[in-house]
Amino acid sequence: MIENVKELLKAHEGLKHEVYLDIENSSIVPKEVVDAMLPYFNQHAYGNPTLTHKPGWEAFETIMESSQKIATSLGCKTLEEVNFTPGETEANNLALIGTAFSMKDKGKKIVISEIEPLSVLHVADLLNKHGFTIVKIPVDGEGFINLEKLRDAVDKETILVSVSTVNHEIGTIEPVKEALEIVKDKNCEMIFHTDASDAYGKIPFNTRDLDVDLATVSSYKILGPRGIGALYVKEGVSINRILEGQIGTQKLWPGVENTPSIVGFAKACELAFHNFEENVNHMRRLRDKLIDGVIGKMSDVRLNGPEGNKRAPDNVNISFLRCEGEALTIELSLNGVYVSSGSACTRRLLQPSHVLVAIGRKFVEAHGSILMKVTRYHTEEDIDYVLEVIPKAVKRIRGIVGSMEMK
Amino acid sequence: MSRTPLPYNPKILELFRNPKNLGKMEDATVTAVAGNPSCGDMIIFYLKIDSKDVIEKASFESYGCAANIATSSIVTEMIKGMKLEDAWKISWKSVVEAVGGLPSVKFHCGILAVGALKRAIRTYYKNKGVSPDWLMKEPTFEEKQAVEEEELAKILSKRMKAEEEK
Repeated sequence: MIENVKELLKAHEGLKHEVYLDIENSSIVPKEVVDAMLPYFNQHAYGNPTLTHKPGWEAFETIMESSQKIATSLGCKTLEEVNFTPGETEANNLALIGTAFSMKDKGKKIVISEIEPLSVLHVADLLNKHGFTIVKIPVDGEGFINLEKLRDAVDKETILVSVSTVNHEIGTIEPVKEALEIVKDKNCEMIFHTDASDAYGKIPFNTRDLDVDLATVSSYKILGPRGIGALYVKEGVSINRILEGQIGTQKLWPGVENTPSIVGFAKACELAFHNFEENVNHMRRLRDKLIDGVIGKMSDVRLNGPEGNKRAPDNVNISFLRCEGEALTIELSLNGVYVSSGSACTRRLLQPSHVLVAIGRKFVEAHGSILMKVTRYHTEEDIDYVLEVIPKAVKRIRGIVGSMEMK
Repeated sequence: MSRTPLPYNPKILELFRNPKNLGKMEDATVTAVAGNPSCGDMIIFYLKIDSKDVIEKASFESYGCAANIATSSIVTEMIKGMKLEDAWKISWKSVVEAVGGLPSVKFHCGILAVGALKRAIRTYYKNKGVSPDWLMKEPTFEEKQAVEEEELAKILSKRMKAEEEK
């Protein structure tokens, strides 16, 4: 196996340009962030923040300062509202299971949208196996949640509603504020959670304007290190822990605090929100350049998700018909363009993305989908290169399909 | 949904980059399709068979992943110049071996390629109106698997239609 990987990597030697656009699945950590983290491994604050010695107090100070940066960016009232977790997946698990544990005597119904990320969707399925009723609200062809159906679904039995602020795959900016009003109007006791990982640092997102109970944010999606994220828990809202052990500064997550990663997350936050408008405008310009360079220029392509200001500024998701996604990602990789496809191979068939199926895409459209996210670090030249490579790659893969009738 | 690492070997990468015997054959004696685009896996084989039941040439087209392209391509290589009776004996395992191994989630690609080959051979004899004794009446494992995949595609598209109507 390892020899195969070495050979695969060798096939990429001599690339003249490389562009990484798979921010959905992992990100490149900028040098400023890495540099900020390095001293915290072995020079400073390497102690446990709950212990009574200098390296411990340093760690405590560092974590408080980092929390403060994240708290400010989210518009928190207190530092305790920021709860670090090892990432978006863990924060979503904590939000759903933690709420289910704490509210189980009040009701058993949980309402989510059908295009939530797997760390919400699969956790809801898990809770369903443990006696909770799950209602999945449909979305329209652009991925917007059906607010009428949401209103109908929510009742006195409902303990939790979870709707992402921005969809992770197709960039739909959901009407979360309206959803929140509808939900709280019918039952003010229930918990409202939003996975804001794809909104944070991309669109204005502030818990003073959006009075949610719980919100997930992720470090790597704002170009911080992997392995760290946070769950915002509004002051006065109480959810249970889902793991037990030594509790330290993070009341909802036991174990030794990951100080270097927390520092990296805070640094990434600082960079994302410093010149926020400028960063976002840059992303939007590159997003539109990429979309316009494919849609209208190439045949048999479809944009997945909404256009313009209804779409996250970094998100590009395009289906190439008569083109299988995995083959296309490999062909693009061999040319230095790194992206992901919406479908994943299983033992028997290619499993299409549940998001694309929910917006009404046919399986073959989902199978040829490519997800790309731009960052403030990408350049016009990067996008020019991607736009040079994509048509060639698609043409080659379509050439293998040849004359086949796809019925 | 889960994802699996796919460390394809150099043989598969080579066949993916430079597939052998790719393209429609205008003078094919027989063609056979297997799989369904909804499953992300469909291939067509074109065989030119001479009067002595020997495969003179073979080609393919494919909608699928790198493993699908590589296994289809290798099958066309393996059967060139082969008597149909010998080509019939090719198993999916020998195809997987010929491409230097496949990740287990991709075994179905090798199975589908052999399913399409066996379908082509069966069609050839059906068109000819003869039935050699070595050609078993019962569908082989690979043919059954191809049918199963196609049935699955039908169920999936039916389920989607039902969802739309809801």
